Amino acid sequence: MGPLIANGYIDPAWNNVIALLVGIAFGYILEASGFSSSRKLAGVFYGYDFVVLRVFMTAVMVAMVGLVYFNYMGWIDLSQIFILPTYMTSVIVGGVIMGLGFVMGGFCPGTSFTGVAVGKLDALFFSIGLYLGIFIFSLAFPWLEKIYYGGDLGPITLMESLGISRGLFTFLFVLATLGAFWVASMVKKRVKDIEI
Amino acid sequence: MQTNTEDRSKRYINPYFGGVLLGLLLLFTIFITGRGLGASGAVKSSVVATVDRVAPSYAVKQDYLKKFISDTQRPMNNWLVFETIGIFAGAFLSGLFAGRVKKFRVEHSPKITPKTRLIYATLGGMLFGIGSQFGRGCTSGAALSGTATMATAGFLAMILIFGSGYMFAYFFRKLWI
Repeated sequence: MGPLIANGYIDPAWNNVIALLVGIAFGYILEASGFSSSRKLAGVFYGYDFVVLRVFMTAVMVAMVGLVYFNYMGWIDLSQIFILPTYMTSVIVGGVIMGLGFVMGGFCPGTSFTGVAVGKLDALFFSIGLYLGIFIFSLAFPWLEKIYYGGDLGPITLMESLGISRGLFTFLFVLATLGAFWVASMVKKRVKDIEI
Repeated sequence: MQTNTEDRSKRYINPYFGGVLLGLLLLFTIFITGRGLGASGAVKSSVVATVDRVAPSYAVKQDYLKKFISDTQRPMNNWLVFETIGIFAGAFLSGLFAGRVKKFRVEHSPKITPKTRLIYATLGGMLFGIGSQFGRGCTSGAALSGTATMATAGFLAMILIFGSGYMFAYFFRKLWI
């Protein structure tokens, strides 16, 4: 049955309308959770606010379990969903740079847009930085190409990388996430609150 | 004493409830479109569109940008661009209902100046922009959607973004605490 557009249940002409509606819900949820505030977001790195960890990990967990369930019920053909390809060298370099950008800038791209929407100038400057960064990347691409295409493993999944089933990985992920929530609540008790 | 409006603007939904909503939205999006959520892609499309408009002959030759230029579709006619317009609208609505939409201001720790905050926000944005190209997605497209769909790259992006954040957190602590 699913994905609905690929299997003709919804006309592809609706694509951009769906995109807009999904975006509205996405922005609403992020902002309502407090993601328009860089000081709340950065709290995850210093232990004074774990909203990022709680929202993000819960979301991954719910979607992951949901896909297992939809697959079991035969509602979605998982072979038709997009799998981000793994370029090992590139994703390692990218992940480390993004982490540095996160702790310096206090936002990630999606959250900076929500900050702009409620009038945060720091979010606007972060978004302008994103634009500049991507432009610089495109100019420097001839020198970065080797890294960008480095370690090409194709669209592999965790099941193939780790040699375990989707169900088992999902179960372990849920356990690890609940463990992380517990650790976060312990850390939060020991760290001094800050006035945001 | 805080006024009532200040209290209200600091009230957020329960983070686990927010997470469940976000997870259901992601599941619903994958169920309909076969792909997850994203954010940095729209900025990339903006860069492609600008270069394509200002220097079209350069954009076609440019090794990176030309990957995203097609004869059939304008660069801004893109799923992620429409989704991102939605992000602004949705966040504005939420902020409006919660009393958080105010005139332009800089949020910063009292220990640093607004200028310092803006400099680091710009630098952080630039790094995130560069990193998201290497990662082929940011926290939304790679880490969140990638991990939920079991892409190895997505899981690595999630571990590395947060791991690297913790690794560098010490050096930037004065910005936040």
